[in-house]
Amino acid sequence: MDKDLVIVDYGAGNLRSVAKALERLGFPALVTQEPAQVLKARGVILPGVGSSGAAMAALQQRGLVEPLRQVVAKGTPFFGVCLGMQLLLDTSEEDPRPCLGIIPGQVKRLPPQFKVPHMGWNQVAVLHEHPLFQGVPAGSYFYFVHSYYARPADPSVLLGTTEYGVTFCSALARGNLVATQFHPEKSGLGGLRLYDNFVRLMVREGVRP
Amino acid sequence: MLTKRIIPCLDVDAGRVVKGVKFLEHRDAGDPVEMAAFYDSEGADELVFYDITASAQGRGIMLDVVSRTAEQLFIPLTVGGGLRTVEDMNRMLKAGADKISINTAAVQIPELIRQGAEAFGSQCIVLGMDAQRVAGSSTPRWEVRTHTGSGGGRPTGLDAVEWAMRAVELGAGEIVVNSMDADGTREGYDLELLRSISRAVSVPVVASGGAGNLEHMYQAVVQGEADAVLAASIFHFREYFIAQAKEYLAQRGVPVRLTTASYAK
Repeated sequence: MDKDLVIVDYGAGNLRSVAKALERLGFPALVTQEPAQVLKARGVILPGVGSSGAAMAALQQRGLVEPLRQVVAKGTPFFGVCLGMQLLLDTSEEDPRPCLGIIPGQVKRLPPQFKVPHMGWNQVAVLHEHPLFQGVPAGSYFYFVHSYYARPADPSVLLGTTEYGVTFCSALARGNLVATQFHPEKSGLGGLRLYDNFVRLMVREGVRP
Repeated sequence: MLTKRIIPCLDVDAGRVVKGVKFLEHRDAGDPVEMAAFYDSEGADELVFYDITASAQGRGIMLDVVSRTAEQLFIPLTVGGGLRTVEDMNRMLKAGADKISINTAAVQIPELIRQGAEAFGSQCIVLGMDAQRVAGSSTPRWEVRTHTGSGGGRPTGLDAVEWAMRAVELGAGEIVVNSMDADGTREGYDLELLRSISRAVSVPVVASGGAGNLEHMYQAVVQGEADAVLAASIFHFREYFIAQAKEYLAQRGVPVRLTTASYAK
């Protein structure tokens, strides 16, 4: 089977979990750090756990920064997960190095009144219909582990929000790009459904949100 | 709202689950992969495998167990027991674990916490702690003990609350607090110990040791201020189902994840 689906390998810890989730769904993906493979993919997943500075350095080292910007710009279906969502913004309070600058906005640290990291299952309020959440019942729980959150400058990219001391953007979408702060690969059946929706609807069937 | 987590813990010896699992009539009751899938289907929020294997070759089997589990389980999996180096952690994470729990090794080499957190992120590094109440102390105190797999373990001279704070400074992202006084009694968690640590650190605290009924779990998260409860025998022996525990907590106002039935296409 042609692996038209690519998981970007820049040393992120959860890469295998994402690959295993896709395998389970019957969508084998190519795990690659090759810019050329990313550029020609029909669908791109940017996973991530860890720190934004180290991740940006790893992307730069592999020559992946421009290719990632290009695939989003040309409308390739794109899914950023956890740190892979935060990296899409301009800057992060976690590290002075700039992020990818694909989605205007900042990454902020969670306020200290609750335990940080925000770790465990929390709900996502989905703000409007989108193929990514097709068939996912309202009030479903997803698994979060993070100390920072994305704050996009343009509120129209917000797809889902979650409460934890602040109401933060837990899912965003713009054109064929989607991203979640939570880990679908660790969120049981509901999480797998999101990957299934992304690959089946957005990558394979070309459904345009 | 962030929910309180219920986490079954499986002790694994050379690739087999030990302790009562006879209730699984149609499954291989000793297979950790089967057990993990079973608890997942019941609504477990995470799982912990604790490797109690003594031999080195048995340890290799654990990697295979973790790998096979991660192929079919899509909730977080923590693995602990016998991991002593960053390379040990790396192998386990590559096999499919999401978090690594370290206990005795962290007391012996506290830098291991920092090294693990720097290499994999704090969210990967769980400090497991066995604490025993210090008798005759005017204010409540608990001492950390190591090597608790064999008998009462060894004293360390470390104060449990101070050790928890130090571990978080070094980079631990979560702390599992096991009360040696309560462990195995089934009379409830040590709530005072839990609360003292939970208030002292900024990261989530997981209650361990002493659960005998659902009321105890409620106490751990309300009075003990724990973020999650770890339990072994209460689920293994089938006295309670995980779903039942969650319903009980939900009825008493504790936020829990009640699993959604279907994701129809």
